Amino acid sequence: MSTRVDFTPMVDLGFLLITFFMLATTLSKPQTMEVALPSKEKVKEADQTTIKASRAVTILLGKDDKVYYYEGTRENDIDPVLVQTNFSPKGIRQFLIKKNYDVMVKVRELNAEKESKKLSDKEFEKRKDEIIADKKAPIVIIKGTEESSYKSLIDVLDEMAICNIGRYAILDIDPFDLELLAKKSL
Amino acid sequence: MTAMCDVAFLLLTFFMLTSNFTQKEPVTVNSPSSISEIKIPDTNIMLILVDSKGKVFFGVDGQENRKELLTKMGAAYNTTFSPEELKEFSLINRFGVPINRMKAFLSLKPEERDLPQNAPGIPCDSIDNQFKNWVSISKGINKNYRIAIKADQKTAYPVIKKLMGTLQDINENRYNLITSLESSKDFENQ
Repeated sequence: MSTRVDFTPMVDLGFLLITFFMLATTLSKPQTMEVALPSKEKVKEADQTTIKASRAVTILLGKDDKVYYYEGTRENDIDPVLVQTNFSPKGIRQFLIKKNYDVMVKVRELNAEKESKKLSDKEFEKRKDEIIADKKAPIVIIKGTEESSYKSLIDVLDEMAICNIGRYAILDIDPFDLELLAKKSL
Repeated sequence: MTAMCDVAFLLLTFFMLTSNFTQKEPVTVNSPSSISEIKIPDTNIMLILVDSKGKVFFGVDGQENRKELLTKMGAAYNTTFSPEELKEFSLINRFGVPINRMKAFLSLKPEERDLPQNAPGIPCDSIDNQFKNWVSISKGINKNYRIAIKADQKTAYPVIKKLMGTLQDINENRYNLITSLESSKDFENQ
């Protein structure tokens, strides 16, 4: 009498279970993007800071992933020039990189340093924060119109990360911006 | 044969230990891609799901927390829930029903809960802002909850703005926006 046991059914079961666990599991966790919005509490007049018109860039999100930007604000009754662009590397990104060139160069140098000299992550973050908080760097104001989609918002926040924009805010659209948009679409 | 069997069971053990199961979501949401590489933490997540039409779903983790949440939420809207209903609720990941339909929703079979007519979304307009109460009560139960917003690419921006506005009203100003991964290679060579 043979004492060998037939293992085939057990192996079958083993592979069946492997298949089940492989299909049911999630190996990659979703990515997340951290956003902080200003609190709605009223800020005292004295604590408010006014930003220089030369630093301000306003990005408007439009219908069908269209994106518009203008620099500065209305001065002496002359409207800023509203430019229509898109989310391709040659679009809004090129403009922001040009605008934020000094910071981009410094961050790139820092990245190179990190790779060659093995800067610690903490040190790297600290120095990056210092560079990004540059006094001349642009401040970006993001405003979405009623027709824009959530994708545009994420895309524009992505551009902020890519172009190392340290200071940006998501605000409600105001009549002035709508007026500019209306003029542009004529 | 023995070697193959060994390998098979080794793999089986690996998958059993590492797997955390895909959580079923009541609606399909295609989150937009971004270059962000921060992973979402495993625990203490309050997930707000917004589908492409703007319906809002809500869910917290921790079964005990869920029970407490429903009890308190019921108290705020003058409804009491039986222990069975609380038990049922603690097993649901995300829900999207107004509180007055919650009892009916909990009595449904699990496979019926995700049907569109049974998931109208949580009201979050200014007249009846139940969403705000869900968030503030959850935050009261566990103040370490992080707010994660998962919305569809096509979700209209005003919907998101309204949600964020509501959250700002109750002084919640930090969110995690859930995205999928996109490679950032094309900006590096500029």
